[in-house]
Amino acid sequence: MDLLRFTTAGSVDDGKSTLIGRLLYDSKAIFEDQLDAIERVSNQRGAGYVDLSLLTDGLRAEREQGITIDVAYRYFATPRRKFIIADTPGHTQYTRNMVTGASTANLAIILVDARKGVIEQTRRHSFIASLLRIQHIIVCVNKMDLVGYDEAVFNKIVADYSEFASRLEVSDIKFIPISALLGDNVVDKSTNMPWYEGASLLYTLETVYIGSDSNHVDPRFPVQYVIRPHTAEHHDFRGFAGRVAGGVFKPGDEVVALPSGFTTKIKAIHTFEGEVQEAFFPMSVTMTLENEIDISRGDMIAKPNNAPVASQDLEAMICWFHEQKLRPNGRYIIRQTTREAKCLVKAIRYKVDINTLHKTENDLEIGMNDIARIQIRTTSPILHDPYRRNRHTGSIILVDEFTNNTVAAGMIL
Amino acid sequence: MSQYNLSHLDQLEAESIFVMREVAAQFEKAALLFSGGKDSIVLVRLAQKAFHPAKIPFTLLHVDTGHNFPETIEFRDFLVNKVGARLVVRLVQDSIDQGRCVEEKGINASRNTLQTVTLLDALAEFQFDVAIGGARRDEEKARAKERFFSHRDEFGQWDPKNQRPELWNLFNGRKAHGEHFRVFPLSNWTEMDVWQYIQRERLDIPSIYFAHEREVFDRNGTIYAASPFMQRLPEEKVEKRIVRFRTVGDMTCTGAVDSPAATLDEIIAEVAAARKTERGTRADDRRSETAMEDRKKAGYF
Repeated sequence: MDLLRFTTAGSVDDGKSTLIGRLLYDSKAIFEDQLDAIERVSNQRGAGYVDLSLLTDGLRAEREQGITIDVAYRYFATPRRKFIIADTPGHTQYTRNMVTGASTANLAIILVDARKGVIEQTRRHSFIASLLRIQHIIVCVNKMDLVGYDEAVFNKIVADYSEFASRLEVSDIKFIPISALLGDNVVDKSTNMPWYEGASLLYTLETVYIGSDSNHVDPRFPVQYVIRPHTAEHHDFRGFAGRVAGGVFKPGDEVVALPSGFTTKIKAIHTFEGEVQEAFFPMSVTMTLENEIDISRGDMIAKPNNAPVASQDLEAMICWFHEQKLRPNGRYIIRQTTREAKCLVKAIRYKVDINTLHKTENDLEIGMNDIARIQIRTTSPILHDPYRRNRHTGSIILVDEFTNNTVAAGMIL
Repeated sequence: MSQYNLSHLDQLEAESIFVMREVAAQFEKAALLFSGGKDSIVLVRLAQKAFHPAKIPFTLLHVDTGHNFPETIEFRDFLVNKVGARLVVRLVQDSIDQGRCVEEKGINASRNTLQTVTLLDALAEFQFDVAIGGARRDEEKARAKERFFSHRDEFGQWDPKNQRPELWNLFNGRKAHGEHFRVFPLSNWTEMDVWQYIQRERLDIPSIYFAHEREVFDRNGTIYAASPFMQRLPEEKVEKRIVRFRTVGDMTCTGAVDSPAATLDEIIAEVAAARKTERGTRADDRRSETAMEDRKKAGYF
């Protein structure tokens, strides 16, 4: 059984909680005592229906205010796949939360209200999914029951969305007409829309092919930790522990250690179960090398003929996460793979108006939820690939050196 | 390229090993919170895997309420010995004797919330700057909002409304002096994943997870083990039943389930068909709608 991580995006009242509730309920991931508990709270509030959003809105403040504050993670499984949902709130701090949820997702579900069609928020959600390089989008046209299951309504939305999406970099977009409330095309194919020839949402989630999404071409092994047992049995053992971020490594491969540039060969790839003959993303392994060379956390093992870019100057798209605005020329801590350095924000190139997707160079004040392109100068070389080529070697966070807060996330261009 | 796929258990394991290694790399002195329960047993295995062939670079810390099932304590000592780890035990009874906290009164008295005092004192005593816990997001709604790396202020408090965003696999463990972190490598695991992993890895677990005959009594629909730690009302009659436990906490707040499941296969079949959550048997979560969040804010596990 494999694993699919997806994020859900939608605006207020478009039925996102209902849809998640239905997926969880129909896959038996909601338990009786959870259902009892939310029924009890719904009744106390006089809601008149079972409010499935109470399943994910776990914090006191969320329940009091009836809003979702933070990303909630939900889990369910079918006999085909295990699923992790990053459920992101529809309103407050939307961008920040959706960027967070999207960073680990293979797929995004974007909900569109059939009565409202493609609106500004639909475009915003799709832009973020595209920015974070989510390869698969499922546009769920919800509330089809309220438009009489009309094929023309669905086709209009497909056409509108497709026209807009041609400007995005998403390779796989699917459209499914659903009613989350009544269950049409969610788990089973609906008999109310015989004109729809595609699969149900759950079947699509179970079968979408994600095997080619990871980079198995460019070998990248960021060193995380050096293992030295200091025991009689393993006296000279010096293993480099880490998680493969791209490509495939095999014993005997000629490799280069960066930033030093020394080359050597892989002696063995170790796991608790014994040595393995290959390692690829997302395996966590430990490598031993033929020669004693100086390697420590933050260094990267790659191939001599296929190495990442090593540079102190980066261009990145960032999303700002903190109430305190970006300080132009400010110093921050940059984290990328297992590497940490200090950096200076040298320039703010432009800000993206998240609603119109227009670039602006007039207003360069970067605050919470803003998306901008910036230039960074780092104190030591960052070993990276463009984010579009590798999510794991192309992503960064910025940390405030005084408060230690994570203030921005970025994608290296 | 289909040969480059990992099963969901292998993916979860690789992620958890990555998190374990981040802890070793980013912090000075780590405690692994070990209760003898199934989640902490999985944590110990993952820590072994992360640092093999070296020993686990963490100290195992058990906060002992004194109200544990004897089988759990016996198992704890067996496992610690088997993996050759260092174990530190701190007793809630000592915290009570020293006047650091006060025992609850009444028939539902439990030392569950008192553990927080002993835990925070132990972290300070040994200068642990990080504690690894086995909490999972699928367990409870407040835990669904937890980070892998969860910041605690100088009072050990969690501020759920002001958590650091966590993206990709970039974990920010930077902190000021006196603050610490809680790290949850099993965040993305479900109860089913844990059981499947225990089966796959052939991990030893305490006997109370399997069906056994036990003297129990019923209180408000929860089946409690008869023990000297709980007062019973006159109408609460002790009877012998075949039960097992889905979670392992204190005898005062952990309910049993009627079950004939005596093997891992049978437990997995039972978990797959279960219509109640595992923490549905935990009285500590039912004290209020936000019992877990309130305890976590104060510094609970």
